[in-house]
Amino acid sequence: MAVIYDFALQGAQMLLVLLMAPLLTGFVRKVKARLLSRQGPPLLQPYRDLLRLMCKDVVLADNASWLFRVIPYLVFAATWVAASLVPTFRSGLMFSWTADLIAIIAVLGSARFFLALAGMDAGTSFGGIGSSREVMISSLAEPAMLMIVFVIALIAGSTQLSTMAAFMNSAEVGLRVSLGLALIALVIVAVAENARIPVDNPATHLELTMVHEAMVLEYSGRHLALIELAASLKLLLYVSLIACLFAPWGISPAIVAAVPILIGVAAYIGKLGVLGAFLAVFETAIAKMRVFRVPEFLGAALMLALLATLLRFVSRSF
Amino acid sequence: MILSQTTVKVDGWLVAIDRLAGGSLTLLSLWADPPEVKMATLDEASGDINIITYVCRHNQYPTVGVKHPPAIRLERAIRDLHRLDAIGASDTRPWLAHTAAPYEFLGAEGEALHQIAVGPVHAGIIEPGHFRFTANGEFLVRLEERLGYVHKGIEALMAGAPLDKATKLAARASGDSTVAYGFAFALAAEMALKVAAPPRAIYLRALMAEMERLANHFGDIGAICNDASFSLMHAQCGILRELTLRAAETCFGHRLMMDVIVPGGVARDICEDGVTQLRVLLAEVRRVFPHLTALYDNTASLQDRTVTTGIVKPEYARQFGAGGYIGRASGRDFDARRRPGYAPYDTLKFDVPVLTAGDVNARVWIRIREVEQSLGLVEQIIDSLPDGAIMSDRPATGAGEGFAMTEAFRGDVLVWLRLDDSGHVARCHLRDASWFQWPLLETAVEGNIVADFPLCNKSFNCSYAGHDL
Repeated sequence: MAVIYDFALQGAQMLLVLLMAPLLTGFVRKVKARLLSRQGPPLLQPYRDLLRLMCKDVVLADNASWLFRVIPYLVFAATWVAASLVPTFRSGLMFSWTADLIAIIAVLGSARFFLALAGMDAGTSFGGIGSSREVMISSLAEPAMLMIVFVIALIAGSTQLSTMAAFMNSAEVGLRVSLGLALIALVIVAVAENARIPVDNPATHLELTMVHEAMVLEYSGRHLALIELAASLKLLLYVSLIACLFAPWGISPAIVAAVPILIGVAAYIGKLGVLGAFLAVFETAIAKMRVFRVPEFLGAALMLALLATLLRFVSRSF
Repeated sequence: MILSQTTVKVDGWLVAIDRLAGGSLTLLSLWADPPEVKMATLDEASGDINIITYVCRHNQYPTVGVKHPPAIRLERAIRDLHRLDAIGASDTRPWLAHTAAPYEFLGAEGEALHQIAVGPVHAGIIEPGHFRFTANGEFLVRLEERLGYVHKGIEALMAGAPLDKATKLAARASGDSTVAYGFAFALAAEMALKVAAPPRAIYLRALMAEMERLANHFGDIGAICNDASFSLMHAQCGILRELTLRAAETCFGHRLMMDVIVPGGVARDICEDGVTQLRVLLAEVRRVFPHLTALYDNTASLQDRTVTTGIVKPEYARQFGAGGYIGRASGRDFDARRRPGYAPYDTLKFDVPVLTAGDVNARVWIRIREVEQSLGLVEQIIDSLPDGAIMSDRPATGAGEGFAMTEAFRGDVLVWLRLDDSGHVARCHLRDASWFQWPLLETAVEGNIVADFPLCNKSFNCSYAGHDL
């Protein structure tokens, strides 16, 4: 019985992230539009876009290899799995013991590796530009991300997300400088990883400035739908990660009870809303940076995370 | 303005070319009226304009472009449109004509160089043009433009057309500058017919020209910021642009004020409460615009993108005679409203802002300053709008030649026309400011990174339609 219950909860989590991801994207767009005094597309527009793309034929480049066709499914699957591993409304889910935060980063890293391959597969110059820029960004974002994991793992004593969330929710945490630094670093990495302003512009129509969009420029139809959904999932994943590590309030513990779960779901949706609105405000207030400023931006994240680790080593109270 | 016409033989033509190359003359345009080739030059010292005519022999004329590069594309266009060859030209590829033969782009050699082909169909909804980049990683080594995708044959359609039809065609050369084109065409036609527009019409023309400048500059300032992904400016400037366009619609019955200016005057008067409407618009713009200027100036992330990006060297601006904000941002103090100057600007007070930095930021600031000047001009015009007729009688027939330059928002528009005995247009030449601005874009992006090209391009905002004709 317990196994079935666990399965059901894990299934619910997977469905929840899948269903919420386009909504979060739509919400951020809506808030941004309102900040610009525009009406903005309806909240449900991303779902309609996905549906429309799903119904469309796929147009493939003549010289696209099998890899090009397989990669959208691969990327989507990897991102979905990664997103379902982050505690959202309840910790200690069935799969959470199979992979820790480092594994999640590895799964996302391989998804990006394949996407960069796909960008170069059709042999267009834009795909190549996009892939090379994406790899440049990720080569700086991933070390920073790992340093962040180390900091929090050192404090929480585990790389296991459920344990980390439980620890962060306890009174033991207190105010720590290293955690503050790690939060800033994590936000920077999240912005870069999700191709948001100031690193990339998800709404751009300028092919020469694109990073992520240039990489997936050759995709169409259901392939594009999967890539877009994966991008939405990734945004949701990072928002959930920040929420779970730095605002773990309301996450239901691993017990069999209905009320904490309902509270957990409500708290989760609330957190998504707040963080999504923050993202929209941040993106409205800043212009995109030059491509070669991105290393400095991400370098700051790496340095902050490194500093946090060092502080942690110097004294346990940091 | 002193306008003179000379017909020269080979030596006279060559002397003019040498003076162009030497920099004492600036090329305003080069066009063909077969069997003649004409070039309009501006004397930098005296401000005189001279139209030099050379009669081709065997459909050939001595090339200007070899000694004076700004003429190269004009010569290529003449070859495409009129089959007159520039003898000794270094570049004989077609320009406006798109033939079946593959177009050969200029090369660039180096181990790590790669080419990026962009357009003519772009990811956004913009006009078509092809850009061939040669890049070393992210750094641009060479950009070559390929235009002519929106060639509509306007000059050919005008040949033999009645004046009214030709007026409409001229107004459609470039939709965003329809007032400036209509204005220049009307002035040229009036010179040919030896009539003058009544004072009220003259003021209304300038009013429309300034409204057009305002609307386009608002759009440009916002769009440049948007290309740096700063959409807040884009949204706010979009509101101002929309207010301006709506005021234009109320006052003149058309958002872009197309076809209102006609030879002899204006086709319709400003609507009854138009002046009140414009005062409301002025008040609103004056309330909001300083905040936007401050926002632009105080957003460090935006300044980081625009300052020192896409620098046009002042010597290039001078050599190419670049008009508009591109020339004025690079130290070339030229505004057709001042020189050659035309009514009613001789009676109005305004400054022509000039900067020397030549970067994207300077081009934005020129626009901001011009908006401020245009607001003042609109106010002066509605304060002193004379009463009276809006159309003069114009003779139905009569041969003649006319030449006029007006200042569109992106630079000087030049119109030259010749009417035949029946009063129809025998030949009309329209030259957009973009002819001398597009080549500068190629120099401005050199050494910049690929991702900064859209920003440079938007700060130029050259016309495709007006250039391709």
